[in-house]
Amino acid sequence: MWISILIAVATVTGIALASGLLLGFASRRLPSGSESLVDQVNDVLPQLQCAKCGYPGCRPYAAAIVNEDAAINLCPPGGDETVRRLASLLDREPLPLADAASTVSMSSLAVIDEPLCIGCGWCREVCPVDAIIGAHHYMHTVIARECTGCELCVTRCPVDCIQLVTAR
Amino acid sequence: MSVAPTYDLGKLNGGLRLPGEKEKSTARSIQVVPVPHQLVLPLTQHSGNPAQPVIGIGEKVLKGQLIADADGALSAPVHASSSGKVVAIEPWPVSRRYGEAAPCVIIECDGRDEAFEPVEPIVPYDSLPPDSLLQKILQGGIVGLGGAVFPTAQKLMQANTQPLELLLLNGVECEPFISCDDMLMREQASEVLKGAQILMYALGLGKCYLAIESDKSDALHRIAAVLAELNDERIVLKLVPTIYPSGGEDQLVQLITNREVPSGGLPTDVGCLVQNVGTAAAVYRWICQGEPLISRVTTLTGDGVTTPMNVLVRLGTTVADVVAFAGGYNDRAKQLVIGGQMMGKSVTTDSVPVVKATNCILVMSRPAPPLDERPCIRCGECAVVCPVVLQPQELYWFACADDEVKLRQHGLTDCIECGCCDLVCPSHIALTASFRQAKARIHELADEKARAERARRRFEARTMRKEIDEQKREVELAEQKRAAVTAGPKEIQDMVERARLRKRPPERTKKGPED
Amino acid sequence: MEFERREAPYGRPPTSVGAVMLQVLFALVPAALAYVWFFGFGFILNLLVAAIFCAAGEAFMMQLRSRPPEAALSDLTAMVTAALIAFSLPALCPWWVTATASLFAIVVAKHLYGGMGYNIFNPAMAGYVVALVAFPAYMNFWTAPRIGDIDYHFLDLYETARYTFSGALPDYLDFDAVSRATPLDTVKSGLQNMLTFDEMYSNPLMGDFGGRGWEWIGNFTAIGGAWLLLRKIIRWQIPVAVLSGVLLPSGILYFLDTGVHASPGFHLFSGGTILCAFFIATDPVTAATSPRGRLVYGFCIGLLIYAIRRWGSYADGVAFAVLLMNMARPAIDYLTRPRIVGHAKNEAR
Repeated sequence: MWISILIAVATVTGIALASGLLLGFASRRLPSGSESLVDQVNDVLPQLQCAKCGYPGCRPYAAAIVNEDAAINLCPPGGDETVRRLASLLDREPLPLADAASTVSMSSLAVIDEPLCIGCGWCREVCPVDAIIGAHHYMHTVIARECTGCELCVTRCPVDCIQLVTAR
Repeated sequence: MSVAPTYDLGKLNGGLRLPGEKEKSTARSIQVVPVPHQLVLPLTQHSGNPAQPVIGIGEKVLKGQLIADADGALSAPVHASSSGKVVAIEPWPVSRRYGEAAPCVIIECDGRDEAFEPVEPIVPYDSLPPDSLLQKILQGGIVGLGGAVFPTAQKLMQANTQPLELLLLNGVECEPFISCDDMLMREQASEVLKGAQILMYALGLGKCYLAIESDKSDALHRIAAVLAELNDERIVLKLVPTIYPSGGEDQLVQLITNREVPSGGLPTDVGCLVQNVGTAAAVYRWICQGEPLISRVTTLTGDGVTTPMNVLVRLGTTVADVVAFAGGYNDRAKQLVIGGQMMGKSVTTDSVPVVKATNCILVMSRPAPPLDERPCIRCGECAVVCPVVLQPQELYWFACADDEVKLRQHGLTDCIECGCCDLVCPSHIALTASFRQAKARIHELADEKARAERARRRFEARTMRKEIDEQKREVELAEQKRAAVTAGPKEIQDMVERARLRKRPPERTKKGPED
Repeated sequence: MEFERREAPYGRPPTSVGAVMLQVLFALVPAALAYVWFFGFGFILNLLVAAIFCAAGEAFMMQLRSRPPEAALSDLTAMVTAALIAFSLPALCPWWVTATASLFAIVVAKHLYGGMGYNIFNPAMAGYVVALVAFPAYMNFWTAPRIGDIDYHFLDLYETARYTFSGALPDYLDFDAVSRATPLDTVKSGLQNMLTFDEMYSNPLMGDFGGRGWEWIGNFTAIGGAWLLLRKIIRWQIPVAVLSGVLLPSGILYFLDTGVHASPGFHLFSGGTILCAFFIATDPVTAATSPRGRLVYGFCIGLLIYAIRRWGSYADGVAFAVLLMNMARPAIDYLTRPRIVGHAKNEAR
């Protein structure tokens, strides 16, 4: 009697192990569809291009996530929602946000105090979506529609003439 | 020629038979509200861009004079409803924003009610080519008076671009309490029918159906009598059953023509143009009598007013003035709704003016009790009454879960917010309100997605630009290196000279504000 | 003058959950009267015990969930569950069997799944099944209906109460003297023992075609069901579908091989078919919602009722049929969504 129980358990365990190995191999190695995984991860990210994650933009961060060089909880403007969606997309554990105190968000808008602007152009250089226009030594301004609230220009301005407002 | 109405109708899904509540307000003829001391004319009385004022504060205006012009492709002008002086252009509570303020032109009336002389003389409408007729309609400030206030001229121009078979005049007025179209058809039937003829000419249509609800027998008889006098065989009367919301645009098209308006589309997609009877009358008054849209028939009703009635009121008269004219509130007035019982707007103050969209002023005795919502029991009654054959109980689950994808799949954007589902829900769930919020949320999410998409594209464009710049720089550097290696003493001198010139800052040619 | 703001539409819906459930309870009164007439006061005692335990269970769970108990009790859904449990149990049933069924129905099948509106399984049927599987002896202790049998003692109120609350039968009776097989039991065991239907129907318990007592109870249940249909408390799709689902296979098999299959009339009026069609399967929370979905749902319940009766090991298949279709309900709802006005017929969803 014990032999038959043992055989039954061993058979089922063997089938389970084999299936698990097969499925794991398939999910890692086989192509997942027409859209590459980096594109799929990038679609989940909020596209502020704020570099708070430590990468110069959302696509580099997406590439790092797929290469497993970066954790999925490094994006403050994405919030817990983005962590959850990435976790379910990539089948990884959801983690609490690494920098939960950050207030960067798409609803913020950078506003240049124009009289103070000296036209150095540093903000224009650093804006990741080219939302600042202005010529060298001439006044600069932010195109409100395109600003993502990433705050990169705020820290860059040498005369501190850029402020973040919640405009949306 | 027979003017008896025909009964061959298409299909109406769902709907509710509601008590009409129209007996009291139709008991007497339309009363004319005298011109008040002050007129408040909002700049946005229509769908689309606000009109832009063309007069200044302190200017004297005459009745029918243009005071704000249409701005952009989708807009309509606003005219002064009486003569007087413009005393302010400032925010004032409006019904469109539920009692919040919006920019308005405020006119102090001089009591003389002097009319503005039109620039062009009034000519018979059929002497104008249809295109100029449409342009002229645009200048009259005519908008859809059924409630949606879509600029009529633009609607007609858009309709002109598609194959049309039928002008459908909407005299159904299915919503409880509202009776202004009923009274209009009783007392101004010829204006309605002649307006229909003008519209048919403007669009080159040979067929018009005038739809009337089956319980409006007085209006039906009057229209039939006038139609017999006019002897226009192109206009046919149709009786529709008294079911709410048979007067909704898409529902009426389905009922009369048995064709479904495609989701996200318009009645013109199925060859049908729908106009409210009040709009037709307004077109007639403008084209044939030179009077732009400066007044309308409005129902004042509800159990919070002493004397329900229909009034002919100048646009810009405040609701408070209208109620005072009609005998005032009684002590049960608790809630003010602009519109009908099912789709009206609840406003906070009666200082809002009567505007082009004000078809009914409904003063109710008690507001609906606060939320006693229970969980949904999935009885499915809401699905039975939905005119669009949606599944409100499913939409409600998805709205609570904020599941945008499922909401779209189940057709939330097709919801006409008629309110039928609310009235049959045993759990007293505020379904229509939750759908409104869910629709706003979907728009918000779509906006966010669009912005994220734009940011992504700009970032990628910038990344590419930087790469190209890098490459160019490398090529240049390589060029220069090669040039330096193979250069003779003269070229080296030139290079050094050029470098020195580049290093010096350029001359400032324009003085900045800090200079 | 200033006014308060509310959202459109304005006006209170004329109906409420409590009002709907009250109508259901009223509709069950004719059937209850017939039941008491034929099977004695046991039904009333079961009803009382079930009502008390359902209410207590509901109040307890609401307290546990930090909600006011009257929010759940006032909609009377627990009372409808109690009534359906009472209809499903044998007339002579110990109080603790009824209590177990009621508590499981309310506490586990209803509130642990989220409370009213969120439960997947029909609470009354879930409670009945638990009692059936846990206490088969008591659940199969059916008594005979009032038939004027000379050697059969029809228990009076005192004796019934004594049995229900203490488990003791009168001294001069024992279980075998009191218990009788139900018509469904009779047919099932009769077929196993190769009896013909004529032989089975010679037993006065079998009544005219549906079983003595059960036929009348079926009639009165149908009267209640017709009342609900007229008042638009329930819609026609589910009752018609359930009855068709039972009639179709039973009719086909009866005409193919009369000697071996019970008549469609028997299946219709015996056991809980009519109760299921009008009161159990129409439970709005656990049934399908779209019209086509309801037809599919009801029809499959009918088929399963017949299948379990004919080929399964239980005499009556109503409870299991309903529970199985409860499981399939989300899929049915998804696949039978009606076409929205203005959308194409086979639009990719």
